[in-house]
Amino acid sequence: MNVTLTVNGKSYTRDVEPRTLLVHFLREELLLTGTHVGCDTSQCGACTVHVNGDAVKSCTLLAVQASGMEVTTIEGIGTVADLHALQTGFWEEHGLQCGFCTPGMIMSSAELLRHTPNPTEDQIRHHLEGNLCRCTGYHNIVRAVQHAAGAMQGAGQAADD
Amino acid sequence: MYPASFDYQKADSVDQAIAALAANPDLKLIAGGHSLLPAMKLRLAQPPALLDIWGIQEMKGIQRDGDWFVVGAMTTHAEVLRSDLPLFPEVAGWVGDPMVRNRGTIGGSLAHADPSADYPAAALALGVQFVIRGPDGERTVDADDMFVGMFESAVRSGELLTHIRIPATIQASAYEKFRHPASHYAVVGLAVARHADGTVRAAYTGAAERAHRLPALEAAVNGSQAIPTGLVDAGDLLGDRFASAEYRAHLVDVLAARAIERLG
Repeated sequence: MNVTLTVNGKSYTRDVEPRTLLVHFLREELLLTGTHVGCDTSQCGACTVHVNGDAVKSCTLLAVQASGMEVTTIEGIGTVADLHALQTGFWEEHGLQCGFCTPGMIMSSAELLRHTPNPTEDQIRHHLEGNLCRCTGYHNIVRAVQHAAGAMQGAGQAADD
Repeated sequence: MYPASFDYQKADSVDQAIAALAANPDLKLIAGGHSLLPAMKLRLAQPPALLDIWGIQEMKGIQRDGDWFVVGAMTTHAEVLRSDLPLFPEVAGWVGDPMVRNRGTIGGSLAHADPSADYPAAALALGVQFVIRGPDGERTVDADDMFVGMFESAVRSGELLTHIRIPATIQASAYEKFRHPASHYAVVGLAVARHADGTVRAAYTGAAERAHRLPALEAAVNGSQAIPTGLVDAGDLLGDRFASAEYRAHLVDVLAARAIERLG
């Protein structure tokens, strides 16, 4: 069955079985391996991507369900030369150890910061309840998101000036 | 994990969906897929064919119709959370996590009738109505008749839950929940609502084979009596490795007291 997706701004068409999960489509058809499969049971959030702007778990969505939609993955939000503020935040605040959960943490946090640019610590922890981390104990992840929120607000103010 | 193979088609309208269901009795409806796909990945469900109803625009969004809100079955938990509906926004905040709420739908959850889902308790307490379309036309089912058994709702084969009618005249409401820390499902969830005529309806979920009204609590509150303990008999409840039936019965008492206190 033909699936056409716009992923990180580029259109792709592939012929896949209906049972192909979006995460496998991204990783195995498009070789975008930044999106991880953690628990594979809709719990851990490592596979989080944006579909038409909403953060979703790509292990719990068929590629055919997303056909015609716009997908953004961790590869699409920043580059090595020009990191997204959240990527910088996780770097600066040591928001990861093994890094397996990080792409999902960042994609989930990006949705939070879009509708809540200046979140409280409670709001960050509440929003990230669908993203599990086995290394950090979450404290540095919260600081990383706060770091990014501050940087994005500063950038916004600089642009306003 | 890959689900077992299946055929897949989409419906763009309710009529198209009803016709497709009539043509192929093996079709299984998929909405947001956040109950069905996990079950399919674990091969607990192996439907031979899926009908994707996510794109049916006439089943999306929330309208006001006099004393009722009319909620499209394909409205996501995230949209419910941001809405002006009574009680449902609070309950939606307890469902899964933000990513789950972006895909899961109110109609999908209610038609699935998971015994541990949150919405059925709210539906019973609010006295919502379910608008169900089938090959013979449309029928309306009261909340009290909707939840038939474990994973069994009043929606029959060949039918489609299209809308949920929620009273807009609720004076006050509350939902209290003891949630499973990993799955976020209700170990027990308890909803109460004071209706336009001043009477209170109450219901619980998570503790039995389906959600039930709570007559003992309703009788006490509506009769201005003290709320008794032992609102439900543990013999009528289910226990599992997370919580015994006796513990769930205790939780019903605790959560009922908290919910009624919040009603004011």
